[in-house]
Amino acid sequence: MSNDPIGLALAGLRRLSGSTLIDRLRLRKPMDRVIQGGTAVGFRAASQTRKAFKPLLDLTRPARLKQGAGGDLFDLTLSEDQEMFRDAVRRVVNEQISPAAHAADTDNAVPAEILQQIHDLGIGLLSVPDEAGGAGSEAVQTTQVIIAEELSRGDMAIALAALAPLSVINTLVSWGSAAQQAKYLPVLTGETYCPATLAVTEPAALFDPHAPATTARRRDGGYVLNGEKSLVPLAESAELLLVLADVEDLGPRLFCIEQGSDGLTFRDEPSMGLRAASLGRLRLDDVKVDEEALIAADDFDLNAFVSRTRIAWSALSVGTCQAVLDYVSDYVKDRKAFGEPIAHRQAVAFMVANIAIELEGMRLMLWRAASRAEQGLDYQREAYLAHLQCSEYAMQIGTDGVQLLGGHGFITEHPVERWYRNLRAISVCSNGALI
Amino acid sequence: MINLELPKKFRAILNPAQQAAQHVFRPISRKYDRAEHAYPKELDSFVAAMEGMNSGDAANAAGAGTVKQQAKSEGISNGSNMRTVLGAEWLCWGDVGLLLTLPRNGLGNAALAAVANDEQLQRFNGKWAAMAITEPHCGSDSAAIKATARPDGDDYILNGEKIFITAGERADLIVVWASVDPSAGRAAIKSFVVEWGTPGMELIRLDHKLGIRASDTAHVVFKDCRVPKENLLGSAEVNTEKGFGGVMQTFDNTRPLVAAMALGVARAALERTRELLAEVESDYRSPVMNVSAAAAELYRMEAELEAARLLTIKSAWMADNRMPNTKEASMAKAKAGRVGNAITLRCVTLAGSLGYSEDELLEKWARDSKILDIFEGTQQIQQLVVARRVLELSSSELK
Repeated sequence: MSNDPIGLALAGLRRLSGSTLIDRLRLRKPMDRVIQGGTAVGFRAASQTRKAFKPLLDLTRPARLKQGAGGDLFDLTLSEDQEMFRDAVRRVVNEQISPAAHAADTDNAVPAEILQQIHDLGIGLLSVPDEAGGAGSEAVQTTQVIIAEELSRGDMAIALAALAPLSVINTLVSWGSAAQQAKYLPVLTGETYCPATLAVTEPAALFDPHAPATTARRRDGGYVLNGEKSLVPLAESAELLLVLADVEDLGPRLFCIEQGSDGLTFRDEPSMGLRAASLGRLRLDDVKVDEEALIAADDFDLNAFVSRTRIAWSALSVGTCQAVLDYVSDYVKDRKAFGEPIAHRQAVAFMVANIAIELEGMRLMLWRAASRAEQGLDYQREAYLAHLQCSEYAMQIGTDGVQLLGGHGFITEHPVERWYRNLRAISVCSNGALI
Repeated sequence: MINLELPKKFRAILNPAQQAAQHVFRPISRKYDRAEHAYPKELDSFVAAMEGMNSGDAANAAGAGTVKQQAKSEGISNGSNMRTVLGAEWLCWGDVGLLLTLPRNGLGNAALAAVANDEQLQRFNGKWAAMAITEPHCGSDSAAIKATARPDGDDYILNGEKIFITAGERADLIVVWASVDPSAGRAAIKSFVVEWGTPGMELIRLDHKLGIRASDTAHVVFKDCRVPKENLLGSAEVNTEKGFGGVMQTFDNTRPLVAAMALGVARAALERTRELLAEVESDYRSPVMNVSAAAAELYRMEAELEAARLLTIKSAWMADNRMPNTKEASMAKAKAGRVGNAITLRCVTLAGSLGYSEDELLEKWARDSKILDIFEGTQQIQQLVVARRVLELSSSELK
């Protein structure tokens, strides 16, 4: 755009008024820091004392789950166990999570007792083989998807905070060494909820998890990590972080980084949504770890890892979109205009129909990807397409949800604006969730 | 147990449809697109061969035609609805126009299979049945039809005008919707089997169309056409309580079938476009924002097709397991109808002049796909059905 005299005058005026305001409030220095952004200023080490992880199991080899059976029929019927789990989660969602969602969003945190209640349902135990202290034997991706959907129906950010440790468990069960499992799994599946998370996404436009800028260089029999991760759920409270870094000669791999490691700093990263998940920016400045922190150098599969984050994020989107559908269906039948419920108008009713149609398509694609993963079939394509479909249509559903409530959708009295903000994360974030 | 893979036995079951699509339909696809109204005689030997293989049941062999009145069974089953839908998807990968003119596999046959009694099933066995609902003044609003069937002794006397009858000229008989009592509303609408050759039944013309040119679309007039009472399908009683439901329930079976047709055409277009764009990446790795625009288009279309495909299989699976599937059948038809059309059109754009020229079939598929978002209930009618079910509103509340 060209600068004409009026434009230049207005720009000068803005600069002048802006600077006087800033100076009057003595905000010049903090403001500069904000503008500088990614520099070390503002980052801090985690405040809590470091948890001392030590081996708690005697494992001679890593404990893995067996493949699920699947069966030879196309079938969408939940097993009895799945129904039981879903109903148990549904009770917590209806009684605890949904009512707490609004305040959690405002507070940028989930009440500890809610995370503990979800933890108490035993989803983590179900996902860990019995030789590693769990109650599982076969892969349970479809069950986890159903649970994640249900939690996210209550609130996506709370679901993310609850799923982040489960995602760490899933990663360690699939690819962790015996020593890593012995050290971390008993704590993560213990009686008390233990925050832990995955840090994949970086503060860069067009970020591709297959090409992280965070590096891990070999030094003194271990590794030195440098880089930055953004939108990390529970960043500062996590006792354990699985960080994706590009290892020289090896490509992107995950490292187990414990809270309190030297050179590990954080800052809050309040974002458009997912605020209850306490998103943070994570910085690694020459963080030294020993060889043992690297996750299974031999059989780690980055494509599978990324695909499983896609499955998890798709599940979060499906659950939230179900909440949108349920909410707007009631609203449009209740809200009257021109003498009758707005649901009686095709322009309104067809939007609801399309939400239902696209949501069902998203869910079936998600279930297919999860059930293929569970059965040990290749699932990269299905996970990719499910995530793509969810990315596109979840946001459409989110924006239609607000639209159907009109001006009421725009104020925080109704949850649709929160769902709108949360749903945008599906196409942006790869952190904290893996199924 | 959640599993969205097809049973292994389906591979063998679907093989004939796959072979026919590839070796019978595809090679003559362009020929009958150009020769509109010419009868594709190659189909006679194909259907005869299929019937021979499968003791008179070409539908099962080819996976195309009708959907059976399912026997009750224990546990979950993957049965004839799913087979039929998947067979149709394959045949339409070959050519949708040819599927629509497959002898003895018309929409009227689907209606017979769904609602005919044993005597009628036997009497009309082996006959090719078309379906006549639409009239010049009414399409989606099928309750507004004006055709009448006046009882007279042992017969009904039909009067009226029917258009858009798929395979109307080539079929042996037409299942005609008409009212036995115009004052009684939709409950009085019944369907009647009228055989060609019945006095008073006259072909007015065959339409020229945008696509599916291999299939004839007939305009037929009935003038004091006398039909025996035994040709009435379903109950003769005018029951205002049950009303229209009887004739409408056929749609629960046929809508997934039309959805499957859209899937077949769209898959054909997408596969051919991928061949023409062979250098475009497709490894399902990098986020869609990081790949080329063409690769992103291909991924998006594939995802849309997958969503439509699973919705369609779900609706057939529900029918196989005797779950009410009106909402799901309409969801499948709505989604597959619109993405089938969008994908075929997008493929023409991606392939550029190759896509637009008659040298390729892409332009043909883009013309053929349009009707699939219209017949057996338009996109808008499907949305209406879904919306009423989701919102639990009656047809008088949500018009």
